Amino acid sequence: MTALTQLRESRELLVNLTMREVRGKYKRTALGQLWSLINPLAMMLIFTAVFGLVLKIKIDPGSPSGLNIFALWLVCALLPWNFMNSAVSGGMGSLVGNANLIKKVYFPRDALVASTVLSCDVTFLVELAVLFAAVLVFGAMPLPWLPLVLVFVVLLTMFALGLGLALSVTNVYFRDTQHFVGIAMQLWFYATPIVYPISYVAQAAQKLHDKGWRIFGHPLPVEFVYRLNPMERFTQSFRNMIYDNRWPALGDSLYCAGAAVISLGLGYWIFTKFAARIAEEL
Amino acid sequence: MTDIAVVVDDVSKRFRLYRQRNQSLKAALMRGGRAQYDEFWALRNVSFEVPVGSTFGLMGVNGSGKSTLLKCIAQILRPDTGKISYNGKISALLELGSGFHPELSGRENVYLNGSILGLSKRELEARFDEIVDFAGVEQFIDQPVKNYSSGMYVRLGFSVAINVDPDILLIDEVLAVGDAAFQDKCMEKFAEFRRAGKTVVVVSHAMGTMRTLCDEVAWLDGGKIVEIGRPEELIDRYIDEGHTQRDGDVGGARWGSGEAVLTNVSFTDADNVSTTKVRTGDTATIRIGYRADQRIDKPVFGLAIETLEGVYVWASNTRDADYVPDHIEGSGWIEFRIPRLMLLPGTFDISASIVDYSTIHVYDFHRHCYRFDVDHGTPRESGGVVSLGGSWGNLTNEQTTKQSSAHSNDTTGSST
Repeated sequence: MTALTQLRESRELLVNLTMREVRGKYKRTALGQLWSLINPLAMMLIFTAVFGLVLKIKIDPGSPSGLNIFALWLVCALLPWNFMNSAVSGGMGSLVGNANLIKKVYFPRDALVASTVLSCDVTFLVELAVLFAAVLVFGAMPLPWLPLVLVFVVLLTMFALGLGLALSVTNVYFRDTQHFVGIAMQLWFYATPIVYPISYVAQAAQKLHDKGWRIFGHPLPVEFVYRLNPMERFTQSFRNMIYDNRWPALGDSLYCAGAAVISLGLGYWIFTKFAARIAEEL
Repeated sequence: MTDIAVVVDDVSKRFRLYRQRNQSLKAALMRGGRAQYDEFWALRNVSFEVPVGSTFGLMGVNGSGKSTLLKCIAQILRPDTGKISYNGKISALLELGSGFHPELSGRENVYLNGSILGLSKRELEARFDEIVDFAGVEQFIDQPVKNYSSGMYVRLGFSVAINVDPDILLIDEVLAVGDAAFQDKCMEKFAEFRRAGKTVVVVSHAMGTMRTLCDEVAWLDGGKIVEIGRPEELIDRYIDEGHTQRDGDVGGARWGSGEAVLTNVSFTDADNVSTTKVRTGDTATIRIGYRADQRIDKPVFGLAIETLEGVYVWASNTRDADYVPDHIEGSGWIEFRIPRLMLLPGTFDISASIVDYSTIHVYDFHRHCYRFDVDHGTPRESGGVVSLGGSWGNLTNEQTTKQSSAHSNDTTGSST
């Protein structure tokens, strides 16, 4: 009973804090919420120009959708990445950014991180809606996978929230966490098949193999290590559903679910362990 | 009611004072630990209980741990040892409007702040008009709060916080916000709150407010409880303690050109003994000692009395009293005799001055140079600052008088 009222109360708090983030973000800008669409659009144009036109990255046409448009292929992976990136970075800074509030009022502190992540979700969903429309216009049919895409959005949210929770308290104790994470995110971006297909990794591994690189006589486990990255699985799954219009691999789906649960569990544990002292450490 | 609203049980709070505050990983890694720090106990083994429906005051000098204790009760800080338990919903007025987002409108901020303080949307909708009305910002409610004046900002903050309708309210010096009119409204709301049987824990340096508001006070010093008791007894002693500290060198502000100076100000009772404690109705004399290094023509001596809370009670000067010496030179004194001191119990400060005849040029002005306490005496009157020395009498009830006179007419009528 009390747990239920508490849940309801914190849900309202969460909604209000999320609205604050969403409304506050583009206040006093002429284009307002449009910016949340312009940003990924600009990134799409830049990456398409660099990787699609200049570097001529080859992608296989979507099967069975038959789509063969680099920009769309790119955005299917770019949107989940952007969401994860902004949710983790935003969540990480949310405690330090709201120091004034934390020092003066008591309320569940995790609501600050969660609301930041949720506000990124709002942007993410709008972007996905536009992407679905674009994919439909170009003749593919991603709609049957819409419910499953939403499930993956939830999983990715859990994954990002876990990271955000853990990093937010770390950032209170060590402020250079945020700069460190900034670099790590760049590395992570290129370690995920967003601007190139995963087949390129297999080719690179093959090249190393041909040059005679071995580990105890075995081929280097490049692809195995590469695929440990949960974002790789998320990227593949989103691309499978929206671009290729097919079921994501079962292994990938389970891996994503596992990563989401572990990240959230671990993040929440770290958060509760260190959150008690944050009011005085801020 | 014997129910307890807040139980503070053996609470200690330790702060870390970093010798080398490094929030960087590099430094942490090189040291092999996080950082070196000294420990500082802001609170040490504090225990007390606040009964439901009472107002509990925390007093003490700056740094005594009152605010830390309040923050522990508000769950903002977590005590290192001990436990604090509550009986009811708690709301803290620590800093008003601290949850406001400057770019959002007043309306949006009311909802946001309200939900941070634990109000549901439905409750907020029901109270929205009351909140806005109380803060007096109807006209600006859809403007971003960054355009608010600082007064409007805190008023709206206070209004939201007080309308959370908690069972236990924690207040840290925030009753002194806004203009006089708003303060009156706050005090009214606050009294209403107490009448409704809610519990209040208040931290304040305004001893007058504490004296009238609190049912019980705790005196903190150096993180420990010195004593818990009735405010009448404890506050006087607390002030005395502060007073003895400042008695050595006379504490109040002092300014003036210095051609003539006040050498001392004393307050003596009927037996001509210097005292700091008198009773209402006593005879007393204030003597101002002076030294003039040069001839001063027509100096004007002045005296003023204020309460501890700064209420200006009385003043007199020799010009208005038509007692201006032709000149002074060298040292001497002047006395002001009070046949019956018509002040009610409280603590008062005397300010003394020597100025020139125009009263514009100040030779020496010594603010709050002497502090004295007034205790119950005769006449015994109920409250306030001054005694008017009046008496009750001549009880007349118009209705009854008419009836009884009519009745007596009747009886006379029937008897005849």
